[in-house]
Amino acid sequence: MKISFLINGTKKMVEVAENTPLLWVIRDMLDLKGTKFGCGKAACGACTLHIDGNAIRSCSYPIQFAEGKEITTIEGLGNEANPHPVQQAWIEEIVPQCGYCQPGFMMATAALLAKNPNPTDEDIDATITNVCRCATYFRMRKAIHRAAELAQINPENIEENV
Amino acid sequence: MSKEKKKISRRKFIVRGGLGTMGVLAIGTYIFRNSIRRGIAGAMNTGEIPYNGDTSSPIIWFEVSSDNQIVLHSPKVEMGQGTFTGLAQMAADELEVSMEQMKVVHANSISGNLDGFATGGSTSISTLWVPLRELAATMREMIKNQAASKMGVAAADLQLNNGICSSNGETMTYAEVVQGVSEWTIPDTPVLKNLKDYKYIGKPVARVDLKDKVFGAPIFGMDATMPEMLYGSVVRPSAIGAKFLDADISKAEKMPGVVKVVKEKDFVGVVANSQTEAENAKNMINVQWQVERSWQTADIEAMIAVGEGEPFVIQKEGKAKSILEDSKEIISAEYKSPIGAHAQLEPNGALAYVEEDKATIIMSTQVVKITRDEIAERIGLNKDQVNIVPTFLGGGFGRRLHTPNGMQAAVLSKAVGKPVKCFFTRKEEFQNDTFRPPTHHLLKATLTPEGLIEALEHNVSSGDVAFGSPMVPRIAEPLLGADLGAWRGGMIQYEGIPNYRTISWRKKLPFATSWWRSLGLLANTFAVESFIDELAVKAKKNPVTFRIDQIQDNDRGFRLKEVIKAAAEKSGYTDEVVNGRAMGFAASTDVNTPCAQVAEVSIENNEIKVHKVTCAMDPGLVINPDQVKAQCEGAIIMGISASMFEKMEVEDGELTPTIYGPYQMATIRNAPKEIDLVLLQNSDHPGAVGEPPLGPIGAAVANAVFRLTGKRLRSMPLSLV
Ligand code: FES
Ligand code: FES
Repeated sequence: MKISFLINGTKKMVEVAENTPLLWVIRDMLDLKGTKFGCGKAACGACTLHIDGNAIRSCSYPIQFAEGKEITTIEGLGNEANPHPVQQAWIEEIVPQCGYCQPGFMMATAALLAKNPNPTDEDIDATITNVCRCATYFRMRKAIHRAAELAQINPENIEENV
Repeated sequence: MSKEKKKISRRKFIVRGGLGTMGVLAIGTYIFRNSIRRGIAGAMNTGEIPYNGDTSSPIIWFEVSSDNQIVLHSPKVEMGQGTFTGLAQMAADELEVSMEQMKVVHANSISGNLDGFATGGSTSISTLWVPLRELAATMREMIKNQAASKMGVAAADLQLNNGICSSNGETMTYAEVVQGVSEWTIPDTPVLKNLKDYKYIGKPVARVDLKDKVFGAPIFGMDATMPEMLYGSVVRPSAIGAKFLDADISKAEKMPGVVKVVKEKDFVGVVANSQTEAENAKNMINVQWQVERSWQTADIEAMIAVGEGEPFVIQKEGKAKSILEDSKEIISAEYKSPIGAHAQLEPNGALAYVEEDKATIIMSTQVVKITRDEIAERIGLNKDQVNIVPTFLGGGFGRRLHTPNGMQAAVLSKAVGKPVKCFFTRKEEFQNDTFRPPTHHLLKATLTPEGLIEALEHNVSSGDVAFGSPMVPRIAEPLLGADLGAWRGGMIQYEGIPNYRTISWRKKLPFATSWWRSLGLLANTFAVESFIDELAVKAKKNPVTFRIDQIQDNDRGFRLKEVIKAAAEKSGYTDEVVNGRAMGFAASTDVNTPCAQVAEVSIENNEIKVHKVTCAMDPGLVINPDQVKAQCEGAIIMGISASMFEKMEVEDGELTPTIYGPYQMATIRNAPKEIDLVLLQNSDHPGAVGEPPLGPIGAAVANAVFRLTGKRLRSMPLSLV
């Protein structure tokens, strides 16, 4: 089936079986590799991206539901010249180790901050349920609070750089 | 790119080619022959394995790009441990370039810069500490000499700084110096700089891979692509011990998008046009497996028991055996640890392209050379026709020390004549892991009337860790008897005790068990340090002084004492319960790196909550304090995860669970909000960092729970219910 959507600000049309997970369309057909495969069962969060501003685990999101939606991946969140506050905070706190889980965490965090600009530790515990095997959680928590701070200093930056 | 340059190098970099016959160097290449054997012996004594690769010429290690960047081709892989950054710091300081000018990439196997061993064991920085700086210093001298001749000045009159050679106001960048030069004379190895003159070594510089990882660059094996790439999928068994007999592929062959179903003598896989089509077709293959028996957790528990199998005494001092046989006042306790999964986030996989006379395999691997050799053998090419292109690893933790997946991708690619990418599903990861083996420990001791340990014995029963690994020669098995990975961390480190011994009971399990970050350290330290705490309580001693009083007076003992004191002091260790929180103390020495930790816990709704961990560690000379801290933080939380939550079971012949969630792991809510680190540097050589801080945490938490509840938790995962 043919499906059109907006991804990182660009309109795309793909022709693909309707139950194909969005993750594979993004990685293999659109060649955006920042969104990761970890489990394929919505259990790890490595594939987290935004659909209409909500954090979604794209491995378990059939492409048919993407029709007309606005999708943002880590590549659209920000870039070196214009990083999203979450990315800026991740750089300041030097969060990543292996790095594989990190796009998923940053996308989950960006969606959290968009709804809750000043999350408490409890909010973070309840919302950020992704898995990081390198266990970079200690710096992640610091980075999430720092990102909240940065976003408040520069509220326009919280808009995704698409 | 000019034609001439192309002749020198297939890449766009300038320093390449023509060593001529002058490439004789004084670095000790020959010293490291036979290093596998020495490596094992070394590992047995101190955990130190010499670097086992070509350090004879800087040419295969460094390139200068036309924009004056230095590219370091690293034979060590980056799996999160920060090795690329540490190596870049070491090289930059001797090369006289800035960190911004350093770029680190993985060395391809055909480049000749091949690590004969592996990336693992927390050895990358420590084993390259001398050779890499010598290579960088040699390279610097080569550039200096060349600049001198190009600029027409004496080498001694040149200053090198930030990649620029200057003399009397005249300058030349390294890129300009190396431009067009194809013959290099390698000088004698220069004397290394003084530690105090280093600009980057010892400083908390940011990771060199930070931006790639924050902006989602396609740097992992999973991200690799090639033109005309197809997708492969291999059927993997869910039953323990399943042997492939045959497969009915008729249905799969008719599935949409299928290019070919490939049946080999030992496995079957499918190649299709997309990932989803490959998976769907694979699920239609009907495999006949031969399964000998349906294992259960109880069977495994019965096998992993002190007294089962063959005992090997691996440490002995004094007369522990007879004292413990004769004494009536023996204190003893048993501890257990479960089967642990690697659960690294990036699944195992590979992109292979096998052509007539060459093969390229892009993948995450910790054993580039072994991966290459396995593939070459299976597809019938020479080793130098197979190019392994290592990528960043989405976690290693020892999982990627076994890489038959590379060979399988190559076989599929060969069958279709196209590049094929092929990787594990998460269920396959959980059921075909090379697990951390379960363990059982029996500890026995007697105390003197003064409340010191008179005799101490640690018995550990474990599945194999090192044996069966392609990294360990078969001869090690009959030679050593006891598995050197299984007993890592199991020896008694309080050598002031007059009588002690450690006995390793080896057991081969029906499923693969192997290297898991820190090997036996996690379980062994949990057992021994919990027991030491029990003894301190019996002796009515403070657990900190109890430990210190029984440490020998030598260098190793001194460094252990210092971390114990530092952790106690920094945390304000007390036996008392304060505001519903208690502290637990534990210490270990791993690969010559002593580490002491204090966990501060409370109980909330019957759940153990770790609020704060204080960690004092002495890894020797620290190259990058920020990354050493990052490793400690990660190891502490991974250790909390492994000792408080994780557990694989065996049910009706299968390993389970097969997905995150049911395989419970720590998430952000379980991570302590405070981690306080003290880094001591009582050695002028960098030592192990990535694994040692996994040791004490399990016992530290359990000992804190005892202070709080009076209950001894002797089984991981620690649970009050
Ligand atoms: S890959 Fe989607 S949640 Fe794990
Ligand atoms: S940084 Fe490695 S899994 Fe999170």
